[in-house]
Amino acid sequence: MHLTERRIGNTLMLAASGRIDHASAEGFKTALQPHLAQCKAGGDVVVLDFSGVEYISSVGLRALMIAAKQVRSQGGAIAVAALQPVVREIFEISKFTLVIPCFAGVREALAELSPSALAAYGAA
Amino acid sequence: MLIRFWGTRGSLPVSLGTAALQEKLVKALLAASGRNLDTEDKARAFVTGMLDFAVSHTFGGNSSCVQIDIGGGDYVICDMGSGARELGNSILAANTQQKTNTFHVFLSHLHWDHIMGFPFFVPAYRPGNRIRIYGCHSALEQAFRMQHSSPSFPIEFDRLPAKIEFVQLTPGQRYDIAGLAVTAKLQAHSGDSFGYRFEHGGKSVVYSTDSEHKLEDLGEAESFASFFRGADLVIFDAMYSLADAISVKEDWGHSSNIVGVELCQMAGAKRLCLFHHEPISDDEHLVGIWRETRRLEEITRSDAPLEILAAYDGLEIVI
Repeated sequence: MHLTERRIGNTLMLAASGRIDHASAEGFKTALQPHLAQCKAGGDVVVLDFSGVEYISSVGLRALMIAAKQVRSQGGAIAVAALQPVVREIFEISKFTLVIPCFAGVREALAELSPSALAAYGAA
Repeated sequence: MLIRFWGTRGSLPVSLGTAALQEKLVKALLAASGRNLDTEDKARAFVTGMLDFAVSHTFGGNSSCVQIDIGGGDYVICDMGSGARELGNSILAANTQQKTNTFHVFLSHLHWDHIMGFPFFVPAYRPGNRIRIYGCHSALEQAFRMQHSSPSFPIEFDRLPAKIEFVQLTPGQRYDIAGLAVTAKLQAHSGDSFGYRFEHGGKSVVYSTDSEHKLEDLGEAESFASFFRGADLVIFDAMYSLADAISVKEDWGHSSNIVGVELCQMAGAKRLCLFHHEPISDDEHLVGIWRETRRLEEITRSDAPLEILAAYDGLEIVI
């Protein structure tokens, strides 16, 4: 599992890749953590680009739940975008689509959460 | 080994109400339109073979009670939820020669929904019957006596004609009981619960209900995978969605279909049976969970397939 970051305006794009399972979930959680403090009302928007994630297990979803809960309590916005079909199905079966906003792609996520970042994303 | 499900509902018994029954009838009649169903045989074949599961069946509403039948003379039962009433009646009806019997009852825990059927279990009212109740809780006997006490029930425990014994088990220790090798395992649930692994003739079934799994604890997952290892059937508490189980219902002591699939895949189990259904779930909702769980198994399968079943009152599984 790898997590790479890219800033677009007020939006932090975090691109995850690989498998988020028992072996890597703790690393995923730890890698997410430093980015969450600024994800608050008037602060950063965090978009998790999952286009490179091949699989996520229950423990990986729990890491996402913890992140979403923290961001919600801070009044911030976090979303997941570009889920591969298998990962999308896992989100739906686990009902995680109700836990964290899920978007078909990064553009759709930005359009909803940060139109200014979308403009910058389009120009890049 | 034959597994019979007499009660599969979690927490509280429920019944199919008139509105839900009429909804099924409407769907069945619409599905039947244009078909020639002018004999009982044709109608029965249509109902059992052509209708959707959620129309032709109901998951039922009795709380936990599962029978393990290895063909011996004694009865082996997991939990005494409200399903125990029908089990007792069935035994009585089949006992045309008025024989006395021995019953071995394994208790997951002492919450009401797992013992509430015992006062209505007719074999307890027959002299000569012997009922041995096994469990790992020190308050095992106290719980059974309490629910027979005034003002909760009119017949005091000591007036039950059957010979009733309580047997304290130690988790992790193997016992040979009624022809089965039995091992109990501590599970996370308010007041503790215990799962049981039963083995006989090279076959194994695990009864693991009212058990929450702490996902971040790899050691816990490996321990349960070891308990489930190679089981022919795992009866698993799948009461909540994963999202609910780890958020609003965290520490409520139950698990999800997702965790059931993951643990059974880790364990190389052959069949997973979703059990302890949420009382608010209707038949269509439970069929949806069953369908989604089969799909999850399919898209996450890396080894031999895991058969996904959903328990309903009346289901029989041969392993």
